[in-house]
Amino acid sequence: MRVMVMVKATPESEAGVMPSEQLLADMGRYNEELVKAGIMLAGEGLHPSARGKRVRFSGSKRTVVDGPFAETKELVAGYWMWQVRSIEEAVEWVRRCPNPMLSDSDIEIRPVFEAADFGEAFTPELQQQEERLRAQLTDRKS
Amino acid sequence: MSHELHRTIDAVWRIESARIIAAVARIVRDVGVAEELAQDALVAALEHWPGEGIPANPAAWLMTTARNRALDRIRQAALHRRKQEELGAEIDARGEHLTPDASESVDEDEIGDDLLRLMFTACHPVLSREAQVALTLKLLAGLTTAEIARAFLQSEPTIAQRIVRAKRTLSEANVHFEVPRGAELESRLGVVLEVIYLIFNEGYTATAGSDWLRPTLCEEAMRLARMLAQRATAQREVHGLVALLELQASRLRARTDPQGRPILLLKQDRARWDWLLIGRALAALELARTLSGSPGPYELQAMIAACHGRARTAEQTDWRAIVQAYDALSSVMPSPVVALNRAVAVSMADGPAAALPLVEALANDGALDDYHLLPAVRGDLLQKLGRLTEARAQFELSASLAQNQRERELMLERARATLS
Repeated sequence: MRVMVMVKATPESEAGVMPSEQLLADMGRYNEELVKAGIMLAGEGLHPSARGKRVRFSGSKRTVVDGPFAETKELVAGYWMWQVRSIEEAVEWVRRCPNPMLSDSDIEIRPVFEAADFGEAFTPELQQQEERLRAQLTDRKS
Repeated sequence: MSHELHRTIDAVWRIESARIIAAVARIVRDVGVAEELAQDALVAALEHWPGEGIPANPAAWLMTTARNRALDRIRQAALHRRKQEELGAEIDARGEHLTPDASESVDEDEIGDDLLRLMFTACHPVLSREAQVALTLKLLAGLTTAEIARAFLQSEPTIAQRIVRAKRTLSEANVHFEVPRGAELESRLGVVLEVIYLIFNEGYTATAGSDWLRPTLCEEAMRLARMLAQRATAQREVHGLVALLELQASRLRARTDPQGRPILLLKQDRARWDWLLIGRALAALELARTLSGSPGPYELQAMIAACHGRARTAEQTDWRAIVQAYDALSSVMPSPVVALNRAVAVSMADGPAAALPLVEALANDGALDDYHLLPAVRGDLLQKLGRLTEARAQFELSASLAQNQRERELMLERARATLS
């Protein structure tokens, strides 16, 4: 399964306070661990919401709202995409993360909707235009 | 014990088991014994954690417990051996086997190397391919025997037997727990890559029945390939395999319709492709290109898949580049299946008339007599050339050879379509 792991904003992150060298180093090591475990697919840090915009939808109307936005704790300051086996595994990995912020902070884990929740048959497509060579590898084996 | 705690312990185990087994295996030099000791540590966790709470660092707790048990085991074996020597007996072979390794310190780099050792051991050539697959999923992916059995549609005792026998074989063959060097590395690495690819394909193709665990096999295979790529960084084919798996997986959700019927690559809705995986795969291919050596079969197949991945619409596909990649693939891995796929690419680049003689030559060759895709391709080309009666016969032949109900139906449908 895939999860999005979101680092929630804090007053400092919203104020654009850069992380300490120590935190950057710790985060770097942590990221490396995620990569080595083969679970990290992507991850980025986000600028404070002051540099963001929102588009509000109301019926057919669209209104653009400039940042910064209120409800700091609900804002996202950065995210990862991970491939894990269960949400509990994601929780275990998050526990190992260095505190990403100077003050108290939250990291939120949300499973991604996936067609892989399919459950139902994974039927093989007709592969005449497909380049996969499974049969070939089976041949080589025997 | 609460359900939640149990799931947490399970998650910790899945993250840590391979590293623990690998670290312990370096001490006891026997993967089977190492797995037993790691399991003992898990049992200890299941006993202690519900009462005492989950330790602050559960990974370290498990590692220390398993290592202590390993050292106990060695001390006992040494004691046993001394007693036997006192009795004038021969040195017990198994005791010899359990001599501690001098270099048993644990630091992260060593653990990384241990995981690599564990991969090479699980995929050791003394084992059958089936045993390699089962052992890799058990030791490196942390799947339970029951899960492996379900994924492979086998009974649990069958898989359990297979794993027990595999561990015994490794022990009896006195397989060294190490990463092969020099000339041996390439062929041994080839086996590891094949095992990973096989696991992926098992999840991807569903040769029989269906099970929710099968997608898991694709994910486990990708994870194993990435783990390997992080540790065998200079090995070009490893990055090629990562790219190939991610490209193939990128189409998983686009390749069947809501009724589960297959959708041809060129008819797939590309918006449903997983562009995150495609981007990663293209990056892996770029990395492979910077490494020394020439591209191997996995990288070449990934290059072909990447030609599709780069095309935003089917019409934008660079078929000439695909034909070229098939040429390269044919020279490193000559096979009738590659030739058939190449013929399809030729038909896309130069038209059906250019490809038909290639396919007919293959049919006359006879090597693909049982392969339902050969008549499927031949029928398709004939249909495009307006030779409908011949096309229908080919589609019907393909239907009679197809192993899978849906493919059979698809071919019969195409046969009928030639009549209208």
